[in-house]
Amino acid sequence: MSEIAFLGAVEIGLVYAFVAIGVLLAFRVLDFPDLTVDGSFPLGAAVAAVMITSGIDPWTGCLAAILAGALAGLVTAFLNQRFGILHLLASILTMIALFSINLRIMGRPNVALINQETVLSPFYGLGMPDHYVRPLVILVLVVIVAFLVARFLASDFGLAMRATGVNPKMARAQGVRTSVHIYVGMALANGLVGLAGALFAQTNGFADVTTGIGTIVVGLAAVIVGETLFRPRTIMWALIGCIVGSVLYRIAIQFALGADAIGLKASDLNLVTALLVAVALILPRLRGRKVET
Amino acid sequence: MLKYFAAAAAIGLLAVPAKAAEVTVAVTAIVEHPALDAARDGIRDGLADAGYKVGDNLTFVYESAQGNPATAAQIARKFVGDAPTVIVPISTPSAQAVVAATKDIPVVFTAVTDPVGAELVTDAAMPGGNVTGVSDLSPLADHLALIKEISPDAKRIGIIFNPGEANSVALVEKLKELGGPAGYEIVEASATKTADVQQAARSLVGKADVMYIPTDNTVVSALEAAVQVAEQNGIPLYAGDTDSVPRGAIAAIGFNYYDIGLQTATIVAKVLDGAKPGSIPVMQAQGTNLVVNPGAAKKMGVTIPDAVVSRANTVVQ
Repeated sequence: MSEIAFLGAVEIGLVYAFVAIGVLLAFRVLDFPDLTVDGSFPLGAAVAAVMITSGIDPWTGCLAAILAGALAGLVTAFLNQRFGILHLLASILTMIALFSINLRIMGRPNVALINQETVLSPFYGLGMPDHYVRPLVILVLVVIVAFLVARFLASDFGLAMRATGVNPKMARAQGVRTSVHIYVGMALANGLVGLAGALFAQTNGFADVTTGIGTIVVGLAAVIVGETLFRPRTIMWALIGCIVGSVLYRIAIQFALGADAIGLKASDLNLVTALLVAVALILPRLRGRKVET
Repeated sequence: MLKYFAAAAAIGLLAVPAKAAEVTVAVTAIVEHPALDAARDGIRDGLADAGYKVGDNLTFVYESAQGNPATAAQIARKFVGDAPTVIVPISTPSAQAVVAATKDIPVVFTAVTDPVGAELVTDAAMPGGNVTGVSDLSPLADHLALIKEISPDAKRIGIIFNPGEANSVALVEKLKELGGPAGYEIVEASATKTADVQQAARSLVGKADVMYIPTDNTVVSALEAAVQVAEQNGIPLYAGDTDSVPRGAIAAIGFNYYDIGLQTATIVAKVLDGAKPGSIPVMQAQGTNLVVNPGAAKKMGVTIPDAVVSRANTVVQ
């Protein structure tokens, strides 16, 4: 694996770390299986891309992507909390609606950003090759976001949110308004996914409506790989697990891409990736440990 | 004849050492399906014709992103890191990922409908930089003329496409531009996944006199579903690519993707020989091949005029 390929995998892994943190919030903290992310990821990409191509500052574009993602999360939470639609189904409804909405936002399926100013533009040409700049800038953003999320979850509001996920009845008995926490948690989770979409579009030169496919699988894989590695007992370690897990998942794919040397074909990529993640899951069990969930 | 081949082979053998410098061509596509795979094979065979043979002086690397743009981005980084002589991305998202990842390695894209809109090049005639390629915009005017010739009474053309594919949307817009003045009403039916193609085709029954399948990855993958609806309801079905005709479309003018691959290979060979990609204009896919399928036409209740059959390059039996 070349240095550029390795750093490229790290970079994309760091972009998807925001997705992993979002999935951690929805699945693990709130116990809300949320497929909205397959729609909110391209939504963030679409919003940022359209704003950037119309001359708006890329940081403002990122902020708008976060807000758009948060709005998508609120819609799913609304369908679930207000009308009692099963969380899985509510999130699927939002996800498929977002496909059309993303097409509306972009006006076409693909918006190019190759020649546009992005949040990374100011950092290029400061004496460091581009393939170092991209992962470094995103790493800084991920660390800031992970720190803020950790602080949030350690606050009284955050603790009540965690109680909501663990045992909603108990939480309500303690005076927690669980519904509010689900709204806020889902907005936060999908806001982070929207940010990931915005950053993906900017580091790769395009927003495309198809970008969302499989986002949830990637996010879940990252969360699970992180949990397998760290068996986290604190929120901070769970967040670090998300980041490391997401990067490792991308490095696994990078290995799978180079696997043609051992007689595998390009079409075997998904299989090889699935096997690598499965091995990551099975290894600790073989060593006689139980994977904590 | 044998002597000629022997002589050609001898010249070929003599010519090879002149180009013996080992080169690597790295090809990537967003997804594997017959048309894109044909383009890839065309590139490989075209390079062989130009003196770059796999196992001889050419290393040919291929990766598919299996429909996932994040993987496409990773493949782009992998290729840039491996620093091949030329990178050939097939399809719009793959090309954008590669072009965003390198400003140095020559890039020759292919099967991109609108390279300027996709920001791969700013000027198709004079690309500049490290990028050039082949655009696969269908010869839509020829397609409309063919429909007029075989189905003269048709007024409403139903087009089945995936609104999520940049290439297809560009084609639909172009078709509306051309169809209006030619007296056609364009009826859209969208299918965002292969499973929706049959339903999209059914929605056109009664609303369209003929169906047109553009070079759309999703719809072409499920062509048979549309063909079935067309046969059951006696609606002639035309295709934008010739590979679809043996699969049940009545007729198509145009390129097949293997030929686009061959055409792309001529540019790649120029770059391998030392030309700067930025100085090579973006080529339009050549579409002169007429393929007809009289059997399919009969099932859909039309007869292809003899004039058309006699000038066809290929008649599917």
